[in-house]
Amino acid sequence: MKKFNIAHKFEFTSIITLYAQWIREGKLKVNSDWNKDLGIKFTAQDPCNIVRKTWGEQAANDMRFVIKTIVGEENFTDMVPCGINNYCCGGGGGALQAGYTEQRRAYGKVKFDQIRRTGAGYVIAPCHNCHSQIEDIGHHFGGNYTVTHIWTIMCLAMGVLGENERTYLGDDLKYFGL
Amino acid sequence: MSLPIEINELAPEFKELVKERVPSANFDLCLTCGTCTAGCPASELFDMDPRKLVRMLVLGMDEEIRKTPWAWVCTMCARCTNGCPMAVDIPKLVYNMRNSWPREKRPKGILGSCDQHIRTGNAMGVPTEDFVWTVEDVAEEIRDTQPQFKDLKVTVDRKGALMAINQNSREPVTEPDELSPLWKILHLVGADWTYPSVMWGGENYCLFLADEEGWRYILEEFVVHIDETLKCPLVVNTE
Repeated sequence: MKKFNIAHKFEFTSIITLYAQWIREGKLKVNSDWNKDLGIKFTAQDPCNIVRKTWGEQAANDMRFVIKTIVGEENFTDMVPCGINNYCCGGGGGALQAGYTEQRRAYGKVKFDQIRRTGAGYVIAPCHNCHSQIEDIGHHFGGNYTVTHIWTIMCLAMGVLGENERTYLGDDLKYFGL
Repeated sequence: MSLPIEINELAPEFKELVKERVPSANFDLCLTCGTCTAGCPASELFDMDPRKLVRMLVLGMDEEIRKTPWAWVCTMCARCTNGCPMAVDIPKLVYNMRNSWPREKRPKGILGSCDQHIRTGNAMGVPTEDFVWTVEDVAEEIRDTQPQFKDLKVTVDRKGALMAINQNSREPVTEPDELSPLWKILHLVGADWTYPSVMWGGENYCLFLADEEGWRYILEEFVVHIDETLKCPLVVNTE
């Protein structure tokens, strides 16, 4: 909108910032008790369009606050580098639909190696492009992780995730809490 | 085999064109330090990297720049610009390289999604009535089968709601059950929200296609709908 000088009255924000705000205000009653004994490890992708290109480090911090709240700080490992300096997954900017599959995967190898070094079994990717790309490179390079959304883990942590809402959970959590 | 570049025959016309559109792009300030290239996962793909691209631009190797498919494997992620000591705007250069391709020659996958978005308001081309039907159907099932959410409300175009929330079109089309977790969170915090029926898709393939007209059209339609029809003070981008 800035690019085209289109005036607008509304404010624009990210759901991730709202999740963080609602947790801080006590409106969203969620914690990581469910994962205390399980100790399932998570990492997270910083989507370029949310972090580096739009809301910056604040969105990265909000995302980490939310994820650590719902999975437990001890169960979260960051990629290196992360936040505003994280690498793009390689699926953005239309790359997933551009048809240059071999190059897209070579690009994604950087992300794959970053994920593998965290040792995490779950990658939270709060962007559909990142989600698809990280799943694809996981299959292609033989990764052993599941890609999921914040909302899936949030609902799991609150005990309200339905049986049919678990496409993005691995076998270890498919029936958890049902 | 590498060949010497015949500088005398080259005039950096493409550089001038992009500079006109992006006056702050700073191409002439490039120090060739290579910070961009060292931190770019697309370096070496199609025998290209960001530093090389800027050198080619400055030298006026316009033909090579206009035809390299690297324009479509660079994701315009902006990590290069973020690290650049001289704020050279490589993503905007790549955007303009994409824009210089004849529209019909640009990648079909992106082109198709952009066209669908212009036509239907979402990249998957779902008619609005199908979107509304899916949303209502999924909400009803939750209300009927999950007693805790028997009062769950999901609305489209509810005027005066505090938040208008966009939705990636993948969920309603291919995995409608994935719509529910977000709704449940919104319900539990008592959020006052609605989906807009106009340009509701959260994706933006016309930006990726570098289709200025299409991109602008989508934004304008969206802004008018939110500001004038729904009067929602807050727009929320979802996961």
